[in-house]
Amino acid sequence: MDKQTILNVHETMLVIRKFEERALNLFETNKLRGSVHLSIGQEAVAATVGAYLRDEDYITSTHRGHGHAIAKGARADRAMAELMGKVTGYCGGRGGSMHIADVDKGNLGANAIVGGGIPHAAGAALSAKMRGTDQVAVTFFGDGASNEGIFHETLNMASIWKLPVIFICENNLYGMTTNVERVTSVKDIAVRGAAYDIPGVVVDGNDVFSVEKAFKKALKRAKAGDGPTLIEAKTYRWKGHWTGDPEMYRSRDEVSSWKEKCPILRLEAHMIENQLLTEEQIRTKHQEIDQLIDEAERFALESPEPDPSTVLDNVFDEGDQ
Amino acid sequence: MREITYAQAIQEAMSEEMRRDQNIMFMGEDIGVYGGAFGVSRGMFEEFGDKRVRDTPITELAITGCAAGAAMTGLRPIVEIMFSDFMTLAMEQLVNQAAKNRFQFGGQAAVPMVLRTPGGSGTGAAEQHSQSLEAWVCHVPGLKVVIPSTPYDAKGLLKAAIRDNNPVVFIEQKLLYRTKGEVPEPGDDYIIELGKADIKREGSDLTIITYGRMVPRALEVAEAFSQKGTSIEVIDIRTLVPLDTEALISSAKKTGRVLIVHEACQRGGYGGEIAGLIADSEAFFYLDAPIKRLGGLDVPIPYNPNLEAQVVPTVESITKAVNELL
Ligand SMILES: Cc1ncc(C[n+]2csc(CCOP(=O)(O)OP(=O)(O)O)c2C)c(N)n1
Ligand SMILES: [Mg+2]
Repeated sequence: MDKQTILNVHETMLVIRKFEERALNLFETNKLRGSVHLSIGQEAVAATVGAYLRDEDYITSTHRGHGHAIAKGARADRAMAELMGKVTGYCGGRGGSMHIADVDKGNLGANAIVGGGIPHAAGAALSAKMRGTDQVAVTFFGDGASNEGIFHETLNMASIWKLPVIFICENNLYGMTTNVERVTSVKDIAVRGAAYDIPGVVVDGNDVFSVEKAFKKALKRAKAGDGPTLIEAKTYRWKGHWTGDPEMYRSRDEVSSWKEKCPILRLEAHMIENQLLTEEQIRTKHQEIDQLIDEAERFALESPEPDPSTVLDNVFDEGDQ
Repeated sequence: MREITYAQAIQEAMSEEMRRDQNIMFMGEDIGVYGGAFGVSRGMFEEFGDKRVRDTPITELAITGCAAGAAMTGLRPIVEIMFSDFMTLAMEQLVNQAAKNRFQFGGQAAVPMVLRTPGGSGTGAAEQHSQSLEAWVCHVPGLKVVIPSTPYDAKGLLKAAIRDNNPVVFIEQKLLYRTKGEVPEPGDDYIIELGKADIKREGSDLTIITYGRMVPRALEVAEAFSQKGTSIEVIDIRTLVPLDTEALISSAKKTGRVLIVHEACQRGGYGGEIAGLIADSEAFFYLDAPIKRLGGLDVPIPYNPNLEAQVVPTVESITKAVNELL
């Protein structure tokens, strides 16, 4: 990874982390409602993948999707406004946290149905292939989603048609409250690729370089017309499944042991060691992002509510060919 | 005018649209060389090739989801689900995704796709290959729903559905595939706007509101009654969503008697929606009799041919219902 990319990935991870910390804070102070799922601890996956995608490439995301949206170019202010249901939000307040889409930047949406976005990425990849472009599609999903039929159906379909799609499973060890081991037939979800003749790779999801290596290879394969790759990124979510989760299913020790593997601190250590940034510069960067999030919060709070007379807008597209 | 079958009309609509627009593709199970379970797409594979007429694995959910993703990114897919019963396997992607993507994204995307699928009983295919599930999809905001009853309508409505920027569920009628009707020459690019009912027969004493395979039955009944001096109007709604409420209300006002007929099970069927709509409108004050529904019996479609015929409205049961209203 070149220096500029490292700096970009670092910044993206900081934006995701601080955006979500603020979202949690706003939720706890009743400035934000609904279902908010945080990806704190998992930032390396989204940020690294995002760094290697262009605006014209596609992603589909999940209920835990703030990081994916930000990594694909979403602005913190409009994302925060969407969390507050404001008219300036990405979806005009219609979608909320679980549905942020940013189609101009290739984000075909977060999704509140576990596995729901997986076939959309295959469809976008098929579309790219049919239109003769070199666009690729990436779909993020969790360990839990890999037990849904749609995961298996889509892998098979993407394989036989050699679609330029990359399947990224963020295995954070839990589907809601259930440990992956209790409900999953395999230790490594990546091996499920073999059933569909798709290469499956396990990576350390808390290490940007580990993600980078596998993802670049998958990109190359997709663009060469050789078809999909399944990447399983082992990672961990620090916060509850949703804001308000009593977390009775895991121990404090487990959580703190994963906090020691913080992907951001890890990258920062690397940056200091390799003299990419000084500690002082890193501190300044943090302050910059804190300000960005302050502004995002202010923007969201000050933005207007949707006009009630527009409630029926966009049930249908009124145009046709 | 030349006559072609309902199946040919559908094939012509798809082929003509695919010649017009390279971004239209067609996918489904066994639709390629085989031409689909009912032979609707025969010849298309040869003309358009295996990329644009794409045989899929047997995976209704992924086909539908893949179509939605392709539709959001520049293609205009047509999907064939082999039997409408199998929509139940595609429901997640149809109902939670395709129908809602535009709305939940605040209008950032359109989902121009058509899901074509044959519905209805009468072929001896029994419980899992004979249902009429249109009410399921009519209930979901964001989906348009079309059920044509003639070759002419099938062609014009399918072209409109393909050009529409929204997901359209286009339910074909198995028993009508081989029926013939007048359709303009291939070069004549006619379109039937979605949301327009068609008065298939004008009348003044009673209105039968129906669609799909029940249209010919209603017409047969209307003809028999005309011999006895009773004038029945038959309205084919053609598109269930959006519904031509205007046409239904004005006919109800004109005749004062309304019978709604559909093959789908009566309980929870679309007839209830139509009845409610008329009861809620100014037409209520013009009614000379209660609005009557005649749907299928609330039972799965049985295999035995006599039992099968018995569970959906017949010329006899429609006649009886008309007599009850007069
Ligand atoms: C089809 C479906 N089933 C169940 C749920 C409820 N649910 C929401 S998130 C979740 C856990 C998903 O686990 P995983 O895929 O591992 O993603 P993670 O939350 O760990 O990011 C469940 C069960 C849902 N939203 N959709
Ligand atoms: Mg998980």
